[in-house]
Amino acid sequence: MKVDRRCFLGLGLGAVAGAVVSPPGMKLTDDLAIWTQNWPWTPVPKDGKVTYEQTTCSLCKGNCGLSVRKVGGRPVHISGQEGHPVNNGGACLHGISGLQYLYGLTRINAPLKKNGETFEEISWKEAVSHVADKLNAMRENGKAEKIACITGKERGSIPELFKRFMKAYGSPHYYSMPDMNTTWRTVAEKMHGENADIGFDLENATHILSFGSGLVEGWGSPVHNFRVNAQRKDKGVKLVQVEPRLSNTAASADRWIPAIAGSEADLALSMCSVIMKEKLYDSSYLVSYDTGFSAFSGLVTTGYAPEKMESKTGVAASEIKTLAREFAGAGRPLAIAGKGRGDTAGDLTEFAAVHALNCLVGNINAKGGVRLNASPDYLKFPEMKLDAVAEKGAEKAPEKSIDALMRKISGTGQSPVQALLMQDANIAYTMHDTDRVKQALKKVPFKISFSSFMDETAKLADIILPSPTFLERYEDLPSDASMSRQVVGLAVPVQKPVKNSMNPGDAVIRIAKAMKSGVSENFPWKKYEDCLESVTGKLWDPLSDKGYAVISEKKPRKTVSADLSFFSVNKGKRPEAAGDRTEYPMMLVPYDNMRITSSEVTVSPFAVKTVSDEEIKGKESFVQVNPETARKIGVSRGDKVKITTPAGSAAVRIDLFEGVMPGLIGMPKGLGHTTDNPYVAGKGVNTNQLISVSIDPNTGQDAAFGINAKISRV
Amino acid sequence: MSKQNTHGKTYKFGMAIDLDKCTGCGSCMVACMSENNVPFKKDESDKKDSITWMRVYKLTNGKSFPETEICYLPRPCMQCGGKGDQGHSPCVSVCPAVATDYGHDTGIVSQIPVRCFGCRYCMAACPYHARYFNWWDPKWPGEMEKYLNPDVSPRMRGVVEKCSFCYHRYQAARDKAYYEHREEIQEQEYQTACTQACPAGAIAFGDLHNPSHKVHQLVKPDPHHSGKPRNPKAFRLLERLGTNPKVYYISEKEWVRKAGDNYLEGEWKKMNKKHG
Repeated sequence: MKVDRRCFLGLGLGAVAGAVVSPPGMKLTDDLAIWTQNWPWTPVPKDGKVTYEQTTCSLCKGNCGLSVRKVGGRPVHISGQEGHPVNNGGACLHGISGLQYLYGLTRINAPLKKNGETFEEISWKEAVSHVADKLNAMRENGKAEKIACITGKERGSIPELFKRFMKAYGSPHYYSMPDMNTTWRTVAEKMHGENADIGFDLENATHILSFGSGLVEGWGSPVHNFRVNAQRKDKGVKLVQVEPRLSNTAASADRWIPAIAGSEADLALSMCSVIMKEKLYDSSYLVSYDTGFSAFSGLVTTGYAPEKMESKTGVAASEIKTLAREFAGAGRPLAIAGKGRGDTAGDLTEFAAVHALNCLVGNINAKGGVRLNASPDYLKFPEMKLDAVAEKGAEKAPEKSIDALMRKISGTGQSPVQALLMQDANIAYTMHDTDRVKQALKKVPFKISFSSFMDETAKLADIILPSPTFLERYEDLPSDASMSRQVVGLAVPVQKPVKNSMNPGDAVIRIAKAMKSGVSENFPWKKYEDCLESVTGKLWDPLSDKGYAVISEKKPRKTVSADLSFFSVNKGKRPEAAGDRTEYPMMLVPYDNMRITSSEVTVSPFAVKTVSDEEIKGKESFVQVNPETARKIGVSRGDKVKITTPAGSAAVRIDLFEGVMPGLIGMPKGLGHTTDNPYVAGKGVNTNQLISVSIDPNTGQDAAFGINAKISRV
Repeated sequence: MSKQNTHGKTYKFGMAIDLDKCTGCGSCMVACMSENNVPFKKDESDKKDSITWMRVYKLTNGKSFPETEICYLPRPCMQCGGKGDQGHSPCVSVCPAVATDYGHDTGIVSQIPVRCFGCRYCMAACPYHARYFNWWDPKWPGEMEKYLNPDVSPRMRGVVEKCSFCYHRYQAARDKAYYEHREEIQEQEYQTACTQACPAGAIAFGDLHNPSHKVHQLVKPDPHHSGKPRNPKAFRLLERLGTNPKVYYISEKEWVRKAGDNYLEGEWKKMNKKHG
């Protein structure tokens, strides 16, 4: 090829143009990347040495062992602790979100005192002396019985210190929030005559029959039960789930029996009738059915024959028979009760009926069965010295339940409770008939909250003595009573308190010390850590070494007598869902979703992020109904409706779900918080405000699981 | 791309998720957010712009009460190998800025936010919706910046992000192995945050080339067909697209396996006969 002048110039120009135009393209791409992202406010997390620290979670009663990864002394990630007897490496999403609680937006910075409508910060010294002075004055004026105390948990040295304080002060009004274990303990008392916890050896059972217990929704010790459920699949252990709505547990089960809501006791007794009639019970165990066996047999075979129970339970007679035969015929069958998470007290008759199945197959204290565990007694507090005021208070009995106390407060002119201490309890959110509880709280002139967060209850308090979160404090944490093995975990601070907070144990010791004689001498410890070390005694070494201790390795007694006369004595005494069926033709049943907390602990931003857009959309939440129900009432997916119950009404949207029994309304628990945290509050409706209290006449506890309701278009 | 330095040990990291064990509890999603500095907004209910590297979907069998069944399906990035496992993943093929690339030594599809200029071609190309765009500046309100993990750079407005199989954990494991004069990293040395967090033990993670790894034993990948599972209970999402994902799902339930792709009428039966 000949290069002429024209060609040469052309090539030259082309090269120049190419050289000029090409780099800007590349440069612009590069610049674009820089321009679009080089923001000075993008954080650069500090690096450092990686260390791991172990502690125990106390966000729920599961008390899992956690491992906290720290970088340069800064906690950055939480995971489950390998080899821990409760959770062995697993963790739930709330525990993993722990650091969002530590740096939570509604954390309380310092002690607060209400001044008109707002709070003002005060020093710890002021706060403690303010509380002590008020309580001193009440005690001196003979009003010792007018103070009450509610703790979220019943066990552990911190609740014990509050209990001790109340006793020394001279008030019988100490309460802890009830849950299914409260009801199970009553079952142990009524059917075995024992003051014991009921634990379930789910790991070793070969056939689990669950009456609505959400094994994977957070029932009992949540992560422990997640593991049980997963191992069950490997071992081929059958799970039968009785529940009117297809929960995640029902979906995970081998068989889902959609029984009509509230008919669980009838179904269980009907199964008992089959076992009796076909003599499928454990006859070797018969010697220990000391009372009521024949009466029970007569009662169930005549009154609860499967054919009779068909319409009541919605389960075919043939299916009831199959269920009973499979249950009685299994190697190590186990029946459990406590709906959803089991975080409220249950209907005693229902629990007893389910337990009758356990008694008939003779699994009490057997491998894979029900364990009667003595309540943990690892805490050795020194003997108390009660003065005259305290003696007088000790003779009085508390109310039957917190609900009874609340009703008493709202029922009378002047509140019988003049001061109320609340620790780890967000009753203005978690209790049924929430609006009434709030009204009652407003009538109490002096309310002391020990909350870490400005939650619904703390907002109503007159003085707040903020606690550190579980990542910043010491506390002994006994595992949930429903576990067959009793484990105590120790929470240790993995981070210096990020707020001006004080361990509630320390706070109560300091208040007691500031009180006049009578109270103060019962609190000889300088600080809570000393108290913890001395009251845990021999257990302190393993606790502080390993972070946990197993306390019930003893073999249980083999023979236990079972009293089945409960049903003949208490026939017909049941709590009832409020509302007239003609006015409220549907039934609202709140359900637990593992991804949303519904306890005193508000959900974290991370956890909210995992919630489906079929449960929260913007500020609204959904209720689940069956498409058939929706057709009947003329609503379709996404429609805005009003749900009304005898307790109140709320605006929600419709979600269609085939897994809900027609006529039922499913509604997720744990939403509708009203705190000042826009990341988690103001989303949806709190189911508790739509549910009326329904007292179980057998226990005096609120055992409402649902309520009659109606849906209307808006 | 093919000229990457691949001397030394090469891996093909993959994941197997047992859908029969998954209960939809959400631990994997939150463990991922915490590990990878994923931000959060006041309203996360618009799932199109809610950044979740790991997202758990709910499937139903579509049958009416009481035959209804549900199943949860966790969806990280599938780390597609592309046709013939040559690294032509849908997203890598379209990125004009080499912000996402295929690691031939690990099988992991990288995502380098500082190279990304936000054209979002990769998001359009990804058949699994595994990629998310930062429409807003990520914020860590209050003191929450203090919990950020230094191993993963926080992203910024205008870039795309996605699951990396916790690549920083691989780097840490590789460094440790190098320091200890080992050629190979152990199965347990490199596990993703979601795998570790799953309380049901439903997720297995490891090297798909290594027959001693649990993930290999579960899916039995077929090396002659780009890792197609030989376990008849295992499947990959949208298999026919030829994206060759490295995330496998296992279920005993036929309707769940069928939900892994869109089948024409009668196609499923025909297909299963052929394989059966």
